[in-house]
Amino acid sequence: MKNRSLSFWLFLTPTLVALALVVFIPAIMGVFYSFTNWDGLGYTEMLGFKNYITLFHNSGFIAALWFTIKFVIVTVILLNVIGLALALLVTQKFKGNNLLRTVFFMPNLIGGLILGFIWQFIFTQAFDALGKAFHMAWLTGWLTDAKTGFWGLVIVTVWQMSGYIMIIYIAYLQNIPSEVIEAAEMDGASPWQRFVHITFPMIAPAFTVCMFLTLSNGFKIYDQNLSLTNGGPYKSTEMLAMNIVNTAYSENNFALAEAKALIFFLIVAAISLLQVYYNRKREVDL
Amino acid sequence: MKKTSRFFLGILGLLLGIIWLFPFYMILTNSFKTPKGIFASVLSLPGNGQATTTNYNNSFKALDFISSLGHSLLITVVSVLILVLFSSMAAYALQRNKSKLSGALLMLFVSAMLIPFQTVMIPLTANFGQAHMLNMWGLMFMYLGFDASLSIFLYQGTMGSIPIAMDESAELEGANRFQIFFKIVFPMLTPITVTVGILNIIAIWNDYLLPSLVLPQNQYTIPLQMFFFFGQYTKQWHLALAGLTLSIIPVIIFYIFAQRYIIKGVTDGAVK
Repeated sequence: MKNRSLSFWLFLTPTLVALALVVFIPAIMGVFYSFTNWDGLGYTEMLGFKNYITLFHNSGFIAALWFTIKFVIVTVILLNVIGLALALLVTQKFKGNNLLRTVFFMPNLIGGLILGFIWQFIFTQAFDALGKAFHMAWLTGWLTDAKTGFWGLVIVTVWQMSGYIMIIYIAYLQNIPSEVIEAAEMDGASPWQRFVHITFPMIAPAFTVCMFLTLSNGFKIYDQNLSLTNGGPYKSTEMLAMNIVNTAYSENNFALAEAKALIFFLIVAAISLLQVYYNRKREVDL
Repeated sequence: MKKTSRFFLGILGLLLGIIWLFPFYMILTNSFKTPKGIFASVLSLPGNGQATTTNYNNSFKALDFISSLGHSLLITVVSVLILVLFSSMAAYALQRNKSKLSGALLMLFVSAMLIPFQTVMIPLTANFGQAHMLNMWGLMFMYLGFDASLSIFLYQGTMGSIPIAMDESAELEGANRFQIFFKIVFPMLTPITVTVGILNIIAIWNDYLLPSLVLPQNQYTIPLQMFFFFGQYTKQWHLALAGLTLSIIPVIIFYIFAQRYIIKGVTDGAVK
């Protein structure tokens, strides 16, 4: 197909138009508006960096950022450890391993909004009942403070996404040639030695993929946050995405929200570019 | 492996499976209880005169279930068809034209994936509002803009495995570009089409934030209706649980019938 041929452009036009109208034009407008006092309809003055200064001083953004960073650190570790453990478990030969795979993956298909509501019931009603039945006080009063709100979000995310991470690890585990494992077994390597010296190095690429997936997903979480805690109590469990949405649609401070969204973009883009860099480096090393 | 260790793995798997399914078990059993029944005992099975199915009748009506299911289906199916059609066409043009321009356009699509939704949502909804496009048709167009990048990327990766000689021989027989693409190339892309379809179905079916900013109330999808419903019936868990159960039934049915393709699609989407 030639550049100048009509069909080349006919094939590309629908997606290019959509991409421009839905992503690029709004993004460019957003950059501009973040330097103004835009109210969603128009603006009357240029503010320079005023929105960005407000954002760092007095807007809940920094609190949301710290909360999100803590959340991301904990979930990245838990998701990778649990996801890999589940993958190792279901790739063993025992009755029901395929059914288990199905079960672990299932929560991943249900939307975050619905899952958050389901777990709201589990945390506030079922945990409470279990706590009273077994006299475990720590099971009562969930989601009423920042600490249980945080762990509630962690549990929902881990429950939802471990199956997804498991599937990726399985894909890489199945690529390990069985001869390698068998040879090690013949040489008398223990299961633990086989894991540390053979399995683990061979699934290192999966680790990079899963690390970055869990990292960027963690920063972008919104639905679960909305339906589980709605940021409460007193905004103590508000994550970055929710802080931006609320600044825009609850406080009607559109220009400030746009400034926050651009900082958010820089964080998420930096993570993705780091991933591309690592992948390239890894390919070179191989 | 030794028999005993297999046995213990089975037990461990069973325990983990039970933990994983516990939330589903809780909402299912409690959705068949009266409010008194839930209050009396969350953990027991429905019984003791506290078992009921009326929660389902009531929440079915309150959720306007048939209509929200219809909106979810219509929006998901049409959006995914549009995405599959236009992104495979775009990927074909980019892959068969080996020029700097194609490379630059592909980079443009890929770089769009770096931009998070919150960064564009405010100007986007403001613009579409002015154009009177804040409805399901506008939403379908938005999904094309947001999700074309990943779809094109996936299509473009496999397009290379279809020999260009097939295009050329068809061209000699007098076929035009559209005939070559739709009659010869597109059918050969079926495996990746399934992957692209599955990934987009899951994302669009479950999406909440974008439709909540775009759709008018008479076009609400299941997640939107669920959120609205939760706001109206706070603390009425008997109705909420029946509603939640109803809302996940379509997903479970989809999973049962398309499990193999879903797992393959999700793996491809993450690994490629």
